[in-house]
Amino acid sequence: MKHLALLAALLAPIPALADVDPADWDAVTAQAEGQTVFWNAWGGSTTTNDFIAWVGSRVAEDYGVTLEHVKLTDTADAVTRVLSEKQAGQDDRGAIDLIWINGPNFAAMKGADLLFGPYAEELPNWALVDFENKSVQTDFTVPVEGLESPWAMAQVVFVHDAARMPDRLGSMEALLDWVQTNPGRFSYPQPPDFLGTTFLKQVLIDILPDASVLAEPATDVNYDMVTEPLWAYLDELTPYLWREGRAYPATGTAMFPLIADGEIDLSISFSPGAASTAIANSELPDTVRTFVLDNGTIGNASFVAIPYNSGAKAGAMVVANFLMSPEAQARAQDPEILGYGTVLAMDKLAADDRALFDALDLGIATLAPAELGSVQAEPHPSWMTRISDDWVARYGIAQ
Amino acid sequence: MSRRRLLPLLPALTLLAMLGPVVAGLWGTFLPAFGHLPAAGLTGPSLDPFRDLFGWAGLPRAAMLSVGTGVLATVISLAIVMLVTAGWSGTKPFRALERLLSPLLAVPHAAAAFGLAFLIAPSGWLARIASPALTGWDRPPDLLIVQDSWGLTMTAGLIVKEVPFLLLITLAALGQADAQRSVRVAQALGYGRLTGWLKTVFPRVYAQIRPPVYVVLAYAMSVVDVAVILGPNTPPSLSVQIVKWMSHPDLSMRLEAAAGALLQLALVIGALVVWRLGEIGVAALGRRWIASGARGRADPVVAGLALLAGSVSALAVFLGLVVMAIWSFAGFWSFPDALPNDMTFKNWARFGPGTLKALGQTALIAVTVALAGLILTIGCLEAEYRHNIRVSQRAVWLLYLPLLIPQTAFLPGLQTLMLNIGADVGRVPVMLAHLVFVLPYVFLSLADPFRAWDARMGVIAAALGAGPDRILWRVRLPMLLRPILTALAVGLAVSVGQYLPTLLIGGGRVATLTTEAVALASGGDRRAIGVYGLMQTGAALVPFALALLIPALVWRNRKGLRHG
Amino acid sequence: MDKGLSLRDVVILKQGAPLVRVHHDVAPGEVLTVMGPSGVGKSTLLAFVTGTLATDFRAEGAVWLDGHDITQSAPHQRRVGILFQDDLLFPHLSVGANLAFGLPPGGSRAERQARIDAALSEVGLKGFAPRDPSTLSGGQKARVALMRMLLSEPCALLLDEPFSRLDAALRAQVREMVFDRARARALPVLLVTHDADDAAAAGGAIITLGD
Repeated sequence: MKHLALLAALLAPIPALADVDPADWDAVTAQAEGQTVFWNAWGGSTTTNDFIAWVGSRVAEDYGVTLEHVKLTDTADAVTRVLSEKQAGQDDRGAIDLIWINGPNFAAMKGADLLFGPYAEELPNWALVDFENKSVQTDFTVPVEGLESPWAMAQVVFVHDAARMPDRLGSMEALLDWVQTNPGRFSYPQPPDFLGTTFLKQVLIDILPDASVLAEPATDVNYDMVTEPLWAYLDELTPYLWREGRAYPATGTAMFPLIADGEIDLSISFSPGAASTAIANSELPDTVRTFVLDNGTIGNASFVAIPYNSGAKAGAMVVANFLMSPEAQARAQDPEILGYGTVLAMDKLAADDRALFDALDLGIATLAPAELGSVQAEPHPSWMTRISDDWVARYGIAQ
Repeated sequence: MSRRRLLPLLPALTLLAMLGPVVAGLWGTFLPAFGHLPAAGLTGPSLDPFRDLFGWAGLPRAAMLSVGTGVLATVISLAIVMLVTAGWSGTKPFRALERLLSPLLAVPHAAAAFGLAFLIAPSGWLARIASPALTGWDRPPDLLIVQDSWGLTMTAGLIVKEVPFLLLITLAALGQADAQRSVRVAQALGYGRLTGWLKTVFPRVYAQIRPPVYVVLAYAMSVVDVAVILGPNTPPSLSVQIVKWMSHPDLSMRLEAAAGALLQLALVIGALVVWRLGEIGVAALGRRWIASGARGRADPVVAGLALLAGSVSALAVFLGLVVMAIWSFAGFWSFPDALPNDMTFKNWARFGPGTLKALGQTALIAVTVALAGLILTIGCLEAEYRHNIRVSQRAVWLLYLPLLIPQTAFLPGLQTLMLNIGADVGRVPVMLAHLVFVLPYVFLSLADPFRAWDARMGVIAAALGAGPDRILWRVRLPMLLRPILTALAVGLAVSVGQYLPTLLIGGGRVATLTTEAVALASGGDRRAIGVYGLMQTGAALVPFALALLIPALVWRNRKGLRHG
Repeated sequence: MDKGLSLRDVVILKQGAPLVRVHHDVAPGEVLTVMGPSGVGKSTLLAFVTGTLATDFRAEGAVWLDGHDITQSAPHQRRVGILFQDDLLFPHLSVGANLAFGLPPGGSRAERQARIDAALSEVGLKGFAPRDPSTLSGGQKARVALMRMLLSEPCALLLDEPFSRLDAALRAQVREMVFDRARARALPVLLVTHDADDAAAAGGAIITLGD
């Protein structure tokens, strides 16, 4: 028994080590050195893959943290993984240290107590974040409460090849008209793909006289009534889609080659700078431009979160903090690299950091911040889940 | 003398490595299919998973796709191979086609599928070459070719890969069928070459290639990577849907996945039974046809069409690889230009480092697994030789068993089982899963040359005082260097091409060239796919080139081994 | 009998039916010729003596060599040399390496090389050590195979139709060479053949199987 007690005493410091205090940044960086962080992030876009690889080389250089990009086809896979680890009692050395996340997946993980934190607002670079004007403290109406840290701003834009389709469209009704007169020239990614579902929400927000109902959770009582116009709209739209709606592109990036080949003239993107980036990578012709609707479009932030059972929380926080650094943010906004919107407030930056952003040429297809118009809030996640399931049942199984 | 005790254990160990995961996986599928999944806090038994499965509106179409594409791909590729062999074996065009098709065996399914998509899509290379001069298209027609609802493109993708496989299997069987003389006799009796072959040689050859034909049927019905790339999505085939359910955030969806996996197994078994009945029917018709004495007037036409189909199938893969190579160097490339505006190394600079990392992972897994498979195989064959074990036909079927059970039936179960016992996913379990598929192919490729080795060499060596181990290491293995390296290359190619075992058992953490390439399918970035697809093809092809080159170098002064 | 090869009450059965029955002593330097049509079990008898009988067969009786019962010994410990109708030179080894394979271990490299060179000179193949065996003529191969076997210092010699692949002129020459050397080394020889000339040249006792 004596031996056991001794053993217990020896082992005791280890769990204490695992739970580092986010507020003690020196302790965090000290512990992070030598850790390997498995970042589970969607791997379908080669530009984001390149960016993540760059982040890995930078945190290795500055903090001795090794970053491994686990390329997901669907972020839900990572949620499943953590959930099943919890059920299997794997509480301290889970397979995932960091997840690129937002919306329903965040809501699910927060609801199931699968996240470490609060930590986000303790990170040194949080002081530079524009939390006053950008929606980084709520995620699809769900309060963030420091359980995830923002690293990119996204907003729906429509991508069109101006050589073939010169004029922008002002509303979803106008889009329906245009598609009906130009059959086969528009498509959207197949739900439950994130961007595909976003298109459905964008339709709903734009055609509803009052979209405020979407800020509250969907109920059995109001769901059918609220979404009825959406299904009516899609029933009219679908026969005129690319391939008559019998096939859909798998993701947003899969639509770029379709535009480049002239298969479609119009598509949608969640990243205002992505089209310029694609032009730089020869994936799109330089005649491509973007536009937003008259009433604005949906916007949200991309976050990273740390699972409760990560074995490298300190390393993960170092990566999360680096993602909010002016260096990483300016690189992400560079259309030659990613073209993502920054989460930082320009007036909080030092002069030479701000110069990094001022030097960027946002690219020929990227709208200036003022042209992006008003940002519409994401509906509550419950809408997204139900609409997506319903879409699969209605259009995902061609009969 | 622990080695003497180890050797007799090797056949048992090999069977365990090959069938253990299959049996465990089926068990791990069976339990959740009846509602038992402790990791999700669910305990059975219950029929709800099947109720949910049959409640899914997409099921009839998904199941039909699975059966339809599988059977069609098998029938067509078998017909092409049989008719080409019947009409042309022993001729110059046949040898040319054989040389064209042999390297295609090593091209991974995913790479061949990507190549085909790049070729025949409405915006593919063929349309670009023909437009606008021949077609008048200045933009791609709105035609549903790739991912068509009937799965025809997916079927084509399977055919172009199964034709080389069946052809090489058939060539091996021909050696034992005394085909040349039978055909000569038939021709002397006034039969056309093709009809004569079908009436005299085909029954013997088919009896020999029956197991691999069944493997093709089972594989084609449950393939995932080719279906993800070329198959429809509204709904997808049953196997793809099973994988989708497996990765659903809601753990209880795994019950439906397990029920679907059992249905997939039942469909494959059912198709095999129907196929067997079909064999009996064809045999009866064939006997009547033979008795009718028909000499085969249409032979030249049929033979010509078969050769055309075989050549088109081979060319499709080759041109697919070519267009992938072009995309990997392409700058901007708009429709309908036949070639990109400019060629650039930018894509390779961008994706090269990523592919190298994946190549490292791929090579580590493939080399370990192929070597393990080779050692077990040689151990089994040597044990068989030393202990005079006779291998029955039934034991041969055991070898084919892991290839006949659909991957989607037991791999999800294996993953769930590992989850239940809290086992870590990672490289080692992936290797064990790869071994299940690598072992049969390594064994099948080495067994014949190993057994065909002149046993009198062993008698001579023993008479010269060499013990069994010295005979193995100093005489048998060096003499068999070429078939051994070929078997190793087969093992490497099989491992490199594995998609589902890597994805499911690796838990997404083990990124090989194949998983990375298939993951890129959803992004549609053709330049990245070109780079990854070429690297993947290279990883599978280079070992075959080495298997030819190394013996030629090592034995360059040994004429007696040059054709051995 | 101390020296020589002795087959004592040897019966080889195939599926329970006796195929071959032999009881005979072969003295050192003598030849026992076993004749009979093909398929009668001549080679099976040799396989029994070398210890490589296939499992379809069962054998009774014993084989004694130089005063030891070798019936249960492992094939490589019997010290029974054998020549087949094919030379069966190891195709991956040079002529010299083939001979070295037969040479028992021991001795310095130079000594071993000297013995190999001497063996080659003895049969008129001086300087052939580095050659690829497949570049040799039929008669040359047969001589290398013979010397490889003799270098392994066997205590008995089995010949399984060793001359049948050689043309008539060569056959007599090689046959003489083999018998001369067996006699010189006082080896008991068991010859299996269906050629009456071979049997006559051997000059010893003849057993005919299958009668």
